[in-house]
Amino acid sequence: MKILIPIKKVLDPAVHVRVKSDESGVDITNEKMSINPFDEIAIEAALQLKESDATSELIAVTCGADDAVSVLYSAMAMGVDRSIHISTDMELQPLAIAKLLARVCITENPSLVICGKQAIDDDASQVPQMLAGLTGWSQAMFVTEIENKSENELLVTTEIDGGLENLKITLPAVISTDLRLNTPRYITLMNIMKAKKKQLDVISSDSLSVDVEPRLQTLKVVPAPDEREGEIVNNVDELIIKLKERTRMI
Amino acid sequence: MNSENESISFDVLIVGAGPAGLSAAIRLKQQAKKLQMNLSVCVLEKASEVGGHIISGAIIESRVLSELFPDWENLGAPLYTKVAQEFFLFLTQASYFKLPIPTQFSNNGNYIISLGKLCRWLALQAESLGVEIFPGFPAAKLLYSSDGSVKGVVTADMGLDKKNNQTDHYQQGIEIYAKQVIFAEGCRGSLSKQIINKYKLDNQSEDQVYGLGLKELWEVQESNFEEGEIFHTVGWPLPADVYGGSFLYQLENNIISIGLVVGLDYKNTWLSPYDLFQQFKSHPYIQKIIKGGKRISYGARTLSEGGFQSLPKLTFPGGMLIGDSAGFLNVPKLKGTHMAMQSGVVAADALIQHFKGNVNLANKEVIGYGKQIKENWMWDELYRARNIKPAFSLGLKTGLLYSAFDSYVLRGMGVWTLKHKHVYLQRKGKTKKSISPEYDGIITFERLSSVYLSNIHHIEDQPCHLQLKDATKAISINYKQYASPEERYCPAGVYKIVKQPNAEVRLQIDAQNCLHCKACDIKDPSQNINWVVPEGGSGPNYAMM
Ligand SMILES: Cc1cc2nc3c(=O)[nH]c(=O)nc-3n(C[C@H](O)[C@H](O)[C@H](O)COP(=O)(O)OP(=O)(O)OC[C@H]3O[C@@H](n4cnc5c(N)ncnc54)[C@H](O)[C@@H]3O)c2cc1C
Ligand code: SF4
Repeated sequence: MKILIPIKKVLDPAVHVRVKSDESGVDITNEKMSINPFDEIAIEAALQLKESDATSELIAVTCGADDAVSVLYSAMAMGVDRSIHISTDMELQPLAIAKLLARVCITENPSLVICGKQAIDDDASQVPQMLAGLTGWSQAMFVTEIENKSENELLVTTEIDGGLENLKITLPAVISTDLRLNTPRYITLMNIMKAKKKQLDVISSDSLSVDVEPRLQTLKVVPAPDEREGEIVNNVDELIIKLKERTRMI
Repeated sequence: MNSENESISFDVLIVGAGPAGLSAAIRLKQQAKKLQMNLSVCVLEKASEVGGHIISGAIIESRVLSELFPDWENLGAPLYTKVAQEFFLFLTQASYFKLPIPTQFSNNGNYIISLGKLCRWLALQAESLGVEIFPGFPAAKLLYSSDGSVKGVVTADMGLDKKNNQTDHYQQGIEIYAKQVIFAEGCRGSLSKQIINKYKLDNQSEDQVYGLGLKELWEVQESNFEEGEIFHTVGWPLPADVYGGSFLYQLENNIISIGLVVGLDYKNTWLSPYDLFQQFKSHPYIQKIIKGGKRISYGARTLSEGGFQSLPKLTFPGGMLIGDSAGFLNVPKLKGTHMAMQSGVVAADALIQHFKGNVNLANKEVIGYGKQIKENWMWDELYRARNIKPAFSLGLKTGLLYSAFDSYVLRGMGVWTLKHKHVYLQRKGKTKKSISPEYDGIITFERLSSVYLSNIHHIEDQPCHLQLKDATKAISINYKQYASPEERYCPAGVYKIVKQPNAEVRLQIDAQNCLHCKACDIKDPSQNINWVVPEGGSGPNYAMM
């Protein structure tokens, strides 16, 4: 099975976000960047599928500026076979990314696309759904379990409001991974060295003749209001008095 | 279970991607290229990316950078702001006096930088020269050959739980062998410490002494910002018998770096470097600058302050020590980066000569390095600076007078060398308890909100990397005799004494807050705390410290 894994470079989850003083966005200069954590889960899922079918080929793809290739090397160090970098200096919004990925789906013709359910920077959770729409392939979102049934079928469990849903989907398909699906493996030193020798193709986004013009405009970004500091009270009576005084809730 | 570690070999292995390690790596590759020598160089770094654990002032002298890359400006090295104006102040609680600056301490021509950023840039240069750098892979253990020489290191295991059991994600560390291992772990390196002990490298030198540096970055209001202005202070809030001082450097884009360095040879167990630092910022002179600004980063790291007298022997069979692992730091200037880089360069040159002259490498010690350092300018610089810090052990005023005399009249060339007196912490009864500080949340902050700004990543379910050699001493000695000084000197609030009704007093260690400063490994009164590397990628993620 050929599996395509779209991944994104985002601010590392350990880094605390700081809004720029001119409110134009989040300051990421010099901060540590990493693979979007949900995409790491997608890679792990693909690696596990490959473990049960050694003929699989795993391809990671990312869209963005030149420095985005670092996440492709991390993906290859985890075990992905090769990568594609769709290079552009434009700001990419979800629809543009989905369109670019749809082009890659035509040239690579994978049986399965595994995405992270959302990127932790904008939390949009739109690319996988849009990609499924653009390609016309089956889709299953927020997947918590995957079972490879046959050449052209997949059994998946997805998270829905109030419960879980078991789905049988025909391939080709686009799925997105939930946090609970798996825990990604550690990258080993040996695999980092091997990754440096793997194939990485660069495609200029211009050559794909896709309209990537941004359609959404950010008006302003403001930090969340500071949470008030907690306070330890000695007993319930004291708590009730404080709640009465401070919040007038009771 | 796979008990055999995987292994891999390089010609040279460097532990630590700080300015010392990276300069050595770059120089090795540059020289090898010139001589058309095949030389594989590997650098291990415990932070998840190069620069993530680097914290410094930092004002740097660019001479070694120019030696490595004469055209660093065109190559885009991140040195943007030259020192434009400089003061040296003596602070009292409410006021200040300007002191003269001895010429050899002048920062004219030096740059104000983020050392973390410079290290990231150096790493890129090193990689383009063919150096293999592995961030996120701490060197955890030493490997020795049967002849007693260092053979390599083992990287840290990943995926062990709190009780040392393997989880599903367990990855065994790998063995890395090299003909020479260069230790560039910075101050109080966890492996360097073992090396110094094993080969008795400090037999001929005085005890190393240390300082703890605490630092914050602030984005200040435009109207308070003066690009390129720097000052150092002595005096308040440090007690007169504590060595140390502060720095405030104004970088670019309204960012200022502000810090306090406190000599860890203080005696009063109640002293809290962290609180002194917070208090320092409330001085009217400092408040004026940071008021209305926003604190964006916090960190802490120890530095070696022993200087010339405390330098250990630099080589041993199979390897060498460079940078702050060896103690190369000009204390009165508060500068170690240029020396760290220079020691890396000298070590690299000596190593290349050693490899050239020794085809079978029967002799595993690169003695040339120790010799060549003595002929280098840095030896002279360290020699001249040697008496300043010990003079301060006689008190701040005597220290200042002596250093003025030493710097202006003798220019560091007095024929005597003052000794470091090893000072121990005094027991709790002997010293005065200080009042608990209050934090206003605007200029002064409590520890945990500071640690929050260090972007720490640390998986809690892993073996504790702050090991107590004897767990009972935490109460029987530290608590009962010294009132648990670790609660105060740890800049991250990792150690807490917990008293619960109907239970015995116990020490709680919140290892997930550790900033890797190494103060506990140094200051524990019975040397009972052993700092070892945690899982790779653990610790702070400093962006531009
Ligand atoms: C607050 C403060 C202010 C300072 N101000 C200045 C200044 O203004 N100018 C100046 O020139 N100097 C200054 N210094 C000193 C200067 O920062 C140091 O001398 C210099 O950083 C030493 O470089 P190094 O490469 O030896 O060690 P470090 O910079 O400490 O780098 C060591 C590296 O090795 C890594 N490492 C350690 N152990 C291991 C291991 N076992 N496995 C893998 N990796 C490991 C660390 O994570 C780190 O990245 C200051 C220091 C401090 C603390
Ligand atoms: S636990 Fe030790 S090394 Fe870690 S921050 Fe505290 S004093 Fe520093």
